[in-house]
Amino acid sequence: MLAKRIIPCLDVRNGKVVKGVNFEGIRDVGDPVEYAEEYNRQGADEIVFYDITASAEGRGLMLDVVRETAKRVFVPLCVGGGIGSINDFRETLRAGADKVSVNSQALTNPDLISEAAKIFGSQCVVVGIDAKRDGNGGYTVYRNGGRINMNLELGEWVKEIEERGAGEICLNSMDADGTREGFDIEMLDYVCSKVNIPVIASGGAGKLEHFSNALIQTDCSAVLAASLFHFKELTIEQVKSDCRKNGILVR
Amino acid sequence: MITIIDYGAGNLFSVHNALEYLGYENKISCEPEDIIGADRLILPGVGAFGDAMDKLKKAGLVDIIKQEAIKKPFLGICLGMQMLFEKSYEFGEYEGLGLIPGEVKLMEPEGNLVIPQMGWNSLEYNHRCAILKDIDNGTYVYFVHSYAAKCPDEFVSAYSNYGGKVTALVNKGTVYGAQFHPEKSGEIGLQMLKNFAEL
Repeated sequence: MLAKRIIPCLDVRNGKVVKGVNFEGIRDVGDPVEYAEEYNRQGADEIVFYDITASAEGRGLMLDVVRETAKRVFVPLCVGGGIGSINDFRETLRAGADKVSVNSQALTNPDLISEAAKIFGSQCVVVGIDAKRDGNGGYTVYRNGGRINMNLELGEWVKEIEERGAGEICLNSMDADGTREGFDIEMLDYVCSKVNIPVIASGGAGKLEHFSNALIQTDCSAVLAASLFHFKELTIEQVKSDCRKNGILVR
Repeated sequence: MITIIDYGAGNLFSVHNALEYLGYENKISCEPEDIIGADRLILPGVGAFGDAMDKLKKAGLVDIIKQEAIKKPFLGICLGMQMLFEKSYEFGEYEGLGLIPGEVKLMEPEGNLVIPQMGWNSLEYNHRCAILKDIDNGTYVYFVHSYAAKCPDEFVSAYSNYGGKVTALVNKGTVYGAQFHPEKSGEIGLQMLKNFAEL
């Protein structure tokens, strides 16, 4: 049986790991390659690098990080942030990424999803989503790190993403992100009911039981967290052993 | 010397990185002399079957591979494993290398399971082969695939379970094939590559 995945995310700026809270108040910390190695030792099922630079120079540094990590860490690597073209996909995959994640650019140019899936295969196309409650019982999709409201209904967007051939969705709830009160079960459930591709839960993890809660209460395939692992409040091993205790299949 | 066969497809560099990390001399090449001169061969692959076989044919490598694969340890990974079989039905009907009897078909998992199978799944031993030396039954490895091989049970070293039995590791003589990615399966995967390099 396929195991549920526990995924640490590393926010990277100019080749250094940083951790932002609610996309604000960024602090610089350390060498992403070392973090990736440590997460690998702890049993991470996949490692995500999220480039928050959005400059040409930063991009180059990010690719160096990926190249170096791929020489030392032998689990799937996913890279996101600032991906806007087929060429970005190609360069990132060539540097050693196994998956590439797109967010804002998929909203402004949805053809990017279909083209990338056709050229590189669905398995390496991940679409990241930032979404929020709209106040009327629904959810709306945002772009540019949650700054621009797309006035797009979440359910419609995830269906389009699936139809266009994406292999996976990484759902970040802006309502839950940074609260440390747990993953957004309602929003996750909503998205999982709309699509038949794997959904990764992101945003809101603050305690051990939050991970198993999301995996038990929804059909999500994976749970992702950044700061909890980053600040060593929890290790991936701890999360996995709690999942096992709750009857969740993990590696 | 391990030659990683380059036919213009696939994730050659992850396999190369893993062998480098383990300290085994290796070379990415499409030259016949590097294939004939190697102690061991690895055929990686990501993409579509027909397209990959076409590329092998155009590079003039089909006969050389068939001839060398039965002389020395040969490992096909993912699509490279599927190409070991006689035939595939991925987007049409294509002839494979025919090194192991069997066919490659779209997976039809029972239940509400997603295709591709993507993620970590456990191996269930069948006829245990040398690649599994020092590796426990039930260990997890990383899979990404939509098609899977149907072949006689005698050649299956391990299955995985994804809405039914999925051929995960095969062996016939010097020829080995892994549907999963040992180069992306952490320590366990590295151990398998080591086992292969020391056959």
